[in-house]
Amino acid sequence: MEKEKYLIELRNLTKSFDGVKVVDSINLKIKENEFVTLLGPSGCGKTTTLRMIGGFEEPDEGEILFEGKLLNPVPPYKRNINTVFQRYALFPHMNVFENVAFGLRIKKLPKDEIVERVERMLKMMDLENFGKRHVDSLSGGQQQRVAIARALVNEPKVLLLDEPLGALDLKLRKEMQIELLDMQRRVGITFIYVTHDQEEALTMSDTVVVMNEGHIQQVGTPEDIYNEPTNRFVADFIGESNIIEAVMLEDKKVMFDNHVFDCVDTGFEPNEPVDVVIRPEDLKIVNNPEEGMIQGTVTSVVFKGVHYEMLVENEYREYMIHSTLMHPEGSQVGMNIQPFDIHVMKKEGYGS
Amino acid sequence: MKKLAVRIYMGLIFLFLYAPIIVLIIFSFNKSKSRGQWSGFTLDWYADLFKDRLITEALYYTIAIAILATVISTIVGTIAAIGIHYMRGFGKNMMLNINNIPVLNPDIVTGVALMTLFISAGMKLGFVTMLIAHVLFCIPYVILAVLPKLRQLNRHIAEAALDLGATPSYALRKIILPEIKQGIISGALMAFTMSIDDFVISFFTAGSEVSNLSIMIYSMARRGVKPTINALSTLMFLTVVILLFIINKKSGEGEELLL
Amino acid sequence: MRRMRLLAYPYSVWMAIFIVVPLILVLLYSFTEGDIRNLAALRFSTRSYERVLEPIYLKVIVNSFVLATISTLCCLVLGYPVAMIVSRANPKVRGMLLMFLIVPMWMNFLLRTYAWMSILSPNGFLNRLLELVGLPKLEIMPGKTAVLLGMIYNFLPFMILPIYTVLSKIDKQYLEAANDLGANKARTFFKIILPLSVPGVVSGITMVFLPAVSTFVISGLLGGGKTPLIGDLIEQQFMWEGNWHFGSSLSIILMVMILISMAIMSRIDRNGKQDENGRAKA
Repeated sequence: MEKEKYLIELRNLTKSFDGVKVVDSINLKIKENEFVTLLGPSGCGKTTTLRMIGGFEEPDEGEILFEGKLLNPVPPYKRNINTVFQRYALFPHMNVFENVAFGLRIKKLPKDEIVERVERMLKMMDLENFGKRHVDSLSGGQQQRVAIARALVNEPKVLLLDEPLGALDLKLRKEMQIELLDMQRRVGITFIYVTHDQEEALTMSDTVVVMNEGHIQQVGTPEDIYNEPTNRFVADFIGESNIIEAVMLEDKKVMFDNHVFDCVDTGFEPNEPVDVVIRPEDLKIVNNPEEGMIQGTVTSVVFKGVHYEMLVENEYREYMIHSTLMHPEGSQVGMNIQPFDIHVMKKEGYGS
Repeated sequence: MKKLAVRIYMGLIFLFLYAPIIVLIIFSFNKSKSRGQWSGFTLDWYADLFKDRLITEALYYTIAIAILATVISTIVGTIAAIGIHYMRGFGKNMMLNINNIPVLNPDIVTGVALMTLFISAGMKLGFVTMLIAHVLFCIPYVILAVLPKLRQLNRHIAEAALDLGATPSYALRKIILPEIKQGIISGALMAFTMSIDDFVISFFTAGSEVSNLSIMIYSMARRGVKPTINALSTLMFLTVVILLFIINKKSGEGEELLL
Repeated sequence: MRRMRLLAYPYSVWMAIFIVVPLILVLLYSFTEGDIRNLAALRFSTRSYERVLEPIYLKVIVNSFVLATISTLCCLVLGYPVAMIVSRANPKVRGMLLMFLIVPMWMNFLLRTYAWMSILSPNGFLNRLLELVGLPKLEIMPGKTAVLLGMIYNFLPFMILPIYTVLSKIDKQYLEAANDLGANKARTFFKIILPLSVPGVVSGITMVFLPAVSTFVISGLLGGGKTPLIGDLIEQQFMWEGNWHFGSSLSIILMVMILISMAIMSRIDRNGKQDENGRAKA
């Protein structure tokens, strides 16, 4: 087996606050130049994990390795890691230039080098003429860029970003997502990014780490996570989906709504109870209701811009469907599902 | 009609508030020593003021104590406030509650309690005991002024400094202190005025050999006050008023400072 | 940054020595008798508390309580309208008014009290004035009236300022909403402004009552020893009589009195708030 080199390794990392385990023995390996996102609802332990990597919280148990060396005893100011904080934490009594120069001044670099590097960084961030500006006078997006510049100017090996776009409005957030991604490619350093926004995570990351209640639920590429969620939580958290309790009759045969569906999943015990995920866009409405695998009545129609979001009710449950064609409320519809659009997941706590 | 009533009412209130001050000022120019009798204009009392050793000495003690108490309590109070800010739970509540005791306890109780401590510990009442007492009642005000500023501070700002390579002490000096400067200054101002103005606690902790202006005025008021005191209070009052007007004009936040 | 809490430790030692220990000493002396200079020889005794119950001392305590209460009420009655007027004034005038209310406080408290002596004394300013106009002399100093006047004078700003602070923060929209809903001025005042200003009134009352009940300067100077208050007794015991046991008991009783009144006030404050909420729901 090939031995890959990892930049950061977390081993059995655990942290409790007031007796509650916020991070519960997690293991994670992060490669160089990777864009890793820790994704999960608030309180899932993602920020605490990030803060332990940054050195702001001491782990109760477990190890953090950086380039193969133990990082635990190294204080934050000696780590070659920089952070972009939630709400930026710019120094309010310093102007933009001084904020960015802060780390370099501590390193006691020669004056002209400081000026040169800060100005190069400001230019890169489109902040060329902002050096003398007071940080309070900047817009949210500009403050955000100053915060990133202040961290990146120190040329860290790893940049930690704690919900850096949380305070921005939707449009700006989209723009900054693209900018950040572009920047990461250009400077070529490892980004560890924390967010609760699944769309943001899927758009930006090489690797997504889904966390809940202090545990890692799934690690994978955005495609993996979206298409092959390992459990109900991940499926539910990543985008809207229909999650259905079903029974796996045998390999490639799953039953729900009193109908046996073909699917592509194997490796279950006969009649094992499972969860099935079907994305709303994968439920296809057929022309003749009788020809559908499932029938139901449309109970609500909402226009969402690109598609219509419809709720279809049958005697077992309610399905959410995304379709570009509208079917009025009260109409009978039939739906088909392709075998590869049915994703079967093991029940939590069942089997391995 | 209503407006007139409001004006008259406010006029009467201000007359009530300023009557004694005006009387003091008028009698500082009165030739006669009598408190009620006007017998001609003089500036003698102002001239005497600076010759009177009792008064100059009391003035010296008042100012020396106020300056020392301000400096010490501002430094100690600021450091303590930062420490308390980073504490949690029971310990923090305990610290805050004990810190509030000198603020809420009647001065006379604080005064006699300190006096019993000093005497029981075999200390001689004097300059040092009075200074300790002043530092004691000034620190809580500094802490109460600095804590809100710390609370306003972005929680991550000190971490950001560490993250960028600052040692904890560098972060404290270059990031936290400049951010809470306003609180420290208003705490110091409060400490200074509390110290200058204090009578009760000084009275119990100063002993018989040292006295500040308040103690001197108290003992004189019982025996009969020399008109020089009128002159002194006029001067002190004018200084304060002029200072206040300057601060008010300059900063516009005079209201905040005063309150 | 957690380690920053270490910075509080020296101060906690300081507080233990200069805040906690002295209060414990006072408590100790209040429950003992014997030579105050020899802690080991102190004997448990409730004699000094029993002495507090003697009619002459009881009368002093009642007197302090009554005078402080009356002066607090006077301050409230006089001060509330002032706070209201100031809070309604236009911003420029408001700044000036506030400043003029505060400036007298910057004059030494003893000097101001002493100034009242010059005004109120039998041959003082006021009586000369009355004489000039041909009115009979007033003989209020030394006496209760003078003490009361001194208290009101010295502590009135402590009542006005907190009430003003609360009043000036009341959202004008409440008043507009009340008017919009058909409340007249009196109704708006009693149903909206007054309940909302309860916190200011409560802290005003505390800030006046506390120094008033414990003063010994005002009663000493303006009362001329005729109406001693609990503060005067404590001063006497510690400074002149040297009876720390009795002085300590009086101090403890003073503290308990204040604690009780503060507890009552904070209860009123809380009830006021609940009332507000209840009303908002209804």
